[in-house]
Amino acid sequence: MTGGPFVDAVPAAHLAERLEALVPGAVLETVLFRNEVTVVVPAALIVAACRALKDDPESDCAMLTDVTSVHHLEGDFEHEVIYQLHSLEKNHRIRLKVLLRPGETIPSVTPIWKGANWLEREVFDLAGVRFSGHPDLRRIIMPDDYPDHPLRKDFDVEGGPTSIDMPGRPASPGFRDMDHA
Amino acid sequence: MADTPAPAAPTPPQQDDALHGDRMVINMGPSHPSTHGVLRLVLTLDGEIVQAVQPHLGYLHRGMEKIAETMTYNQFIPYTDRLDYLAPLSNNVGYVLAVEKLMGITVPPRAQVIRVICCEVARISAHLLWLGTGALDLGAASVFFHTFRERETLYNIIEALTGTRLTTSYPRVGGLSRDLPEGFIGMIESFLASFPGVLNEIDELLTGNQIWRKRTQGVGRISRAEAIDLGLTGPNLRATGVAYDLRKAQPYSGYEQYEFEVPVASEGDAFDRYLVRLEEMRQSIRILAQAIRILPEGPIDIDDPKVILPKKDRVLTNMEELIEQFMLVTEGLKPPAGEVYHAIEAPKGELGFYIRSTGEKSPYRLHIRAPSFVNLQAIETMAKGGLLSDLIAVVASLDPVMGEVDR
Repeated sequence: MTGGPFVDAVPAAHLAERLEALVPGAVLETVLFRNEVTVVVPAALIVAACRALKDDPESDCAMLTDVTSVHHLEGDFEHEVIYQLHSLEKNHRIRLKVLLRPGETIPSVTPIWKGANWLEREVFDLAGVRFSGHPDLRRIIMPDDYPDHPLRKDFDVEGGPTSIDMPGRPASPGFRDMDHA
Repeated sequence: MADTPAPAAPTPPQQDDALHGDRMVINMGPSHPSTHGVLRLVLTLDGEIVQAVQPHLGYLHRGMEKIAETMTYNQFIPYTDRLDYLAPLSNNVGYVLAVEKLMGITVPPRAQVIRVICCEVARISAHLLWLGTGALDLGAASVFFHTFRERETLYNIIEALTGTRLTTSYPRVGGLSRDLPEGFIGMIESFLASFPGVLNEIDELLTGNQIWRKRTQGVGRISRAEAIDLGLTGPNLRATGVAYDLRKAQPYSGYEQYEFEVPVASEGDAFDRYLVRLEEMRQSIRILAQAIRILPEGPIDIDDPKVILPKKDRVLTNMEELIEQFMLVTEGLKPPAGEVYHAIEAPKGELGFYIRSTGEKSPYRLHIRAPSFVNLQAIETMAKGGLLSDLIAVVASLDPVMGEVDR
C-alpha cells in the first residue's frame, strides 16, 4: 500500500508554465495544494486559455469535467468561477479559476465544449454568475420564476423573499376557505 | 424496426394536411414509468420522429450543496446516500475520500479493502437495476425478475453490513462506522458462487435476442468526439471506445492492486452501453473475489482522536477520551484551509466532490459533480432524428438517476 489511497493524476504543474507560454498574461497565480494545480486566469482570457489547453498537444485537455463557483460577501471579488479540465490521453487535471468583481460578466466556454452548456446554466441558476455569449442562459434546477440564487452567501436559508408567485393560478377552494375561517 | 426510415421526399406542407408539415409538442414526465424518476422531457415530434428534446430538471432538488455549508463533514454523509440512491455506498466512499484528500489522511489497509467491496457491491446492484428496468421498458419483463432477485441478495448483504438497505451512510472520514459483521465474507462468497450463472442466463436471454438487438442496435448513437465534447463519463463514454476508467487511470482506495479489465465497445449505441455494463458486472465479480481474498486484519480507523470518535467503553471510563468525544461531537473535525476535487468511478461515471474549506467545521462550499447530470445532456444528441419509441431505449441506456441530477 505504498503511496496511500491516492495515486493522483499525473502532476500538472508544468501546464501552468505551458499556459503562460501559449497565452501570455493568462496566469495570474498558480497554487499547488494536495498535488492539484489551480491557475487563476483573468476573465477576459478564459476562453483563450481553455482553447489553448484543449488544442495544445502537450496539455490536450479534451474534456471539461466541471464548472462551479464560490460566492463571497467580503473582499474585492464576488464570485470565483472554477473550471476542472481533464485530459483523457495524458491523464492529468488542471483547475482554472476566474475571479469576478461585483457586476462583472464572464465569457461562456460553450464555443469550446458543448458540455459547458448545462454546467454554466447551473452556475447561473444557483449562484447568479452571468455568462456572456451563452446560447441558452436559463435556469436549470430552480423554477423559471424563482427570484433568488440560492448558493449566494446572502441567501436567507430560514425563509424570506423566496415564495414563488404563481400568476394566473387561483388558490384552491380549500385554501380560500381556510383563509376566511 | 429500429431503422429510422429515410426521410421521405419533402412534401410541401399543405393546409389542413394532418400528415405533413405539422409539429406536435408533447410532454413526457415528470411522472412517467420510463423516465426512471422525475425527469420531464418536452418533445417536439414530426409524426413519430423526435425533432427536439428539451429536458426540464429540478423536480428532486433538495439543495444539498447549500445544506452542506451548515453541516459538519461527517454530518453530510447521509445526504450523499440520496444522490445516486441506487448506489449509496459508492457515493459515501466518494465523499469521504474527498474529505480525506483535503485533510491528507490515509485510512488503514483493511478499511480500503472494505471500501472497495462497498463500491463493487454498489456497482453490481446499480447495474442490475438499470438492466432490469431498462429491459422492462422495452418489453422484456422476465429479465426484471431475475435482476431483482439478485438485488435482494445484495440488499441483504448491504443490510448485514450497514444496518440499512438503502440509506447506508457506512464510511466515516478516517475510516468506517463499523467493522464487517460475522459471516459477511460467507455471504459475499455465496453470492459470487451463484451470480455469474445468473448473469450468463441474462446474457443469453438478451444479447442474441433479435427483438432486443433491433430495439437497441443503432439506437441513441453518439460518436466518441461528441461524447468527449459533452463530458460523458462512465459506461456511456466507454461504449464509444474510450477505455477510460478512474479506477485504472487515477486509482483510489488501493484499486491499483486488483486485476480487472476495462470493457469498451465501439458503436456508442444503446446496445453497446448494454454490453459494457454487462461486462462491468463480471469485472466487479473479479474484484470482489480478490478483495475478500486479500482482506487484511487490523484497524478500520486511523488513530487520530481529532478525526475518529474514541471507543465508547473508553469514553465512559477515561477523562481524556470523554473530552475528545465531546470536542469532536460539538466542534466537528476541522480540515486545513484549501480546495480539493476528488473523483471516483461511480456506477454512472465520474462522481466528483469539490470542497472549499476555510478551516472551519463546515465546508465553505461543497459542489457535487454528478455523472448523471452531465450524461443527461447527451439526450438531445442521442434522441434527435430517432423514433419516439426509441427515446425510451435512449433514456434507459443513458441510465440517469434524478437524485444526483437535481441534488
